[in-house]
Amino acid sequence: MENLLVAENIYKRFGSYTALNNVSITIPKGSVFGLLGPNGAGKTTFIRIINQITMPDEGKVYLDGKPLHPEDIRHIGYLPEERGLYKSMKVGEQALYLARLKGLSKAEAKERLQYWFEKLEITGWWDKKIQELSKGMAQKVQFVITVLHNPKLLIFDEPFSGFDPVNANIIKREILELKEKGATILFSTHRMESVEELCDYMALINKSNKLLDGKVSEIKKEYKSNTFEVGLESENEAALLAELQEKFKVGKAQFKSINDDLKVSIQLQPHENPNDLIQYLLSKARINHFVEVIPSVNDIFIKTVTHNA
Amino acid sequence: MRSLKLIIQREYLARVRNKTFIVMTFLSPVILVGMFALIAYLSMLNSSEQHIIGLHDETGLFLKEFQDDENLQYLNFSDKSLDEAKKIVRENEYYGLIHIPSADNNYDLTGEVEFFGEESPGLGTVQNIEKIISNKLQRNELIQRGIDVDQIDSAKTSVDVEIQNFSGETTSKMANYLRMFFGGAAGYLLMMFIIIYGNMVMRSVIEEKTNRIIEIIVSSVKPIQLMLGKVIGTSLAGITQFTVWVILGGILYTIAGFYFGVDLINAQPGQIEVEQLNVPEVNQLVADVLNLPILSLIIYFLIYFLGGYFLYSAIYASIGAAVDSETDTQQFMLPVIIPLMLGIYIGFFAVIENPHGTVSTIFSMIPLTSPIVMLMRIPFGVPWWEISLSILILLCTNTAVVWLAAKIYRVGILMYGKKASYKEIYKWLKY
Repeated sequence: MENLLVAENIYKRFGSYTALNNVSITIPKGSVFGLLGPNGAGKTTFIRIINQITMPDEGKVYLDGKPLHPEDIRHIGYLPEERGLYKSMKVGEQALYLARLKGLSKAEAKERLQYWFEKLEITGWWDKKIQELSKGMAQKVQFVITVLHNPKLLIFDEPFSGFDPVNANIIKREILELKEKGATILFSTHRMESVEELCDYMALINKSNKLLDGKVSEIKKEYKSNTFEVGLESENEAALLAELQEKFKVGKAQFKSINDDLKVSIQLQPHENPNDLIQYLLSKARINHFVEVIPSVNDIFIKTVTHNA
Repeated sequence: MRSLKLIIQREYLARVRNKTFIVMTFLSPVILVGMFALIAYLSMLNSSEQHIIGLHDETGLFLKEFQDDENLQYLNFSDKSLDEAKKIVRENEYYGLIHIPSADNNYDLTGEVEFFGEESPGLGTVQNIEKIISNKLQRNELIQRGIDVDQIDSAKTSVDVEIQNFSGETTSKMANYLRMFFGGAAGYLLMMFIIIYGNMVMRSVIEEKTNRIIEIIVSSVKPIQLMLGKVIGTSLAGITQFTVWVILGGILYTIAGFYFGVDLINAQPGQIEVEQLNVPEVNQLVADVLNLPILSLIIYFLIYFLGGYFLYSAIYASIGAAVDSETDTQQFMLPVIIPLMLGIYIGFFAVIENPHGTVSTIFSMIPLTSPIVMLMRIPFGVPWWEISLSILILLCTNTAVVWLAAKIYRVGILMYGKKASYKEIYKWLKY
């Protein structure tokens, strides 16, 4: 797959503090890419470099195979974490102004605004001032402004903070629709769970360094530990547990079940096959539950960070 | 360039549509002219009031010297005792009582004259009394020494120095006042403009920061474009406001003068008393105004006005970028206000005293004061090379300051919640 954005060996220092230390990231075209890391890891600095708000001290950024050029801001839509609008300006006027700053003509901007306002059912807000709108309403307007110029690359920094669940869902839906239409999306967040459902690719940044990156499914495969959660129904659970503990590496398991049975997690050796485990268990008890434990992004993150510390 | 135009347009409209701005634009001239009218009216009332002062002259020498005029009327109580005279003055609520005791010779009187009154008299009144008495005493003294006073009177001459430049053009003294007026007005105008609209630039930067819109905008345009757009847009709004003030003020002034029948022009302090000039002098005055190099004055005014305004508003913009709220700006205001004040003080003291003295010359070169000081010097005629040097220094400083301010601005607008200090800002310059 072709890459839309390639950042190579980016360094950025602020005085004696290094904000980004040799960070390279590749974002394939048409993907949803999650940039993860705790607060202060360097995510926003990296995003600002892509937006050419700050310049890297070293390293290069390529968009669509060509070095990033000031004109490229037209191909990027950016919804910053610190976002707001002019309070005393009318919604429509403001959206028009910001769209025209991105290079759209007045007529073009007006037409697209009408389309989006209708789509998000906010047509009535055109002549309202931002200070009359609620925070969630203002964020809808900001979203429209971000996507209005049909950018190739959409960057959302903590997009769902401040949205109520209903609006968050609407925005999620719109983002996925934009992806269908061919846009590439970069998410930056410290809320790992939001990545699970949306992102195809991810990169982990901690303390200015990139710790890992790649396809989410592959990273998960790499980090899974051949562990299975099982729910077993047996007449003598204590004996069964003792037997299992003797043969396998057994841990506690927490999953919901309607059955009042023995819940354990069993970690196999890398070369062992889960089929053999099932066969063994079949002879001992009734199996109500058998699931491979897939590590969550959160688990991976904690594991990587503590491992690298 | 297209973005810059859009930004200028938005900034201009944002200022001009602001309610406070609109109210101030139309209210200020009304208030100002109203105040002038009130002052004029009150001072007319004041001067039409006639004070009555009692005289108790034991020497009998001075009665003829105190002549009634439109403000003061003197009543003679010399035939009564001092206590009686005081009583009458107090009961009738006269302005006061002058008591001149009898004395053997003139010198004994010098420290003996007294003034009794309910309230302490105005400085002018006291000076007037002193003058009348000391004049009379002087004359008496001269007569006693056998000097013919009439001859002295006839020997008095009035000298009116005629000022010419080396090419033989005559200028009146009035021309110097004119120069002072033009220079002073230009300098003062520039200072007011910088303070009012520089602050406006600063507030608008802070507003963008607190509204958190700044990052959305700088992802579309360069910070320096935003800064320049802000400065230019705000100054255009300022020019609009000034124009409205001048036009509206002029109209109101005329109407007020007409309506109240008050000669507002004459009510101003430090006025030139036109009616006292004779016709040749008026002609001379007109010639003087025309003789001032009007065109070059206007050009220089524009250069220094723009140069000075840009310099200061770039500084104001970077201050706005460095802080989080307007209350944090105090510590940074001093370096802005001090040179402005210095410029005005030097203008009004050093330049008027000696337009080409060392102090005036030096401060018309230093970029932070030069716009004001040089503008005040120019009507007095400054050699072209001095002006060129001063403009050159101003332009170089401008470039440097705008560049530095843009750096501070670029970093500062994206810094939230960080308490800016001079040290912190110095660090930003190196990012």
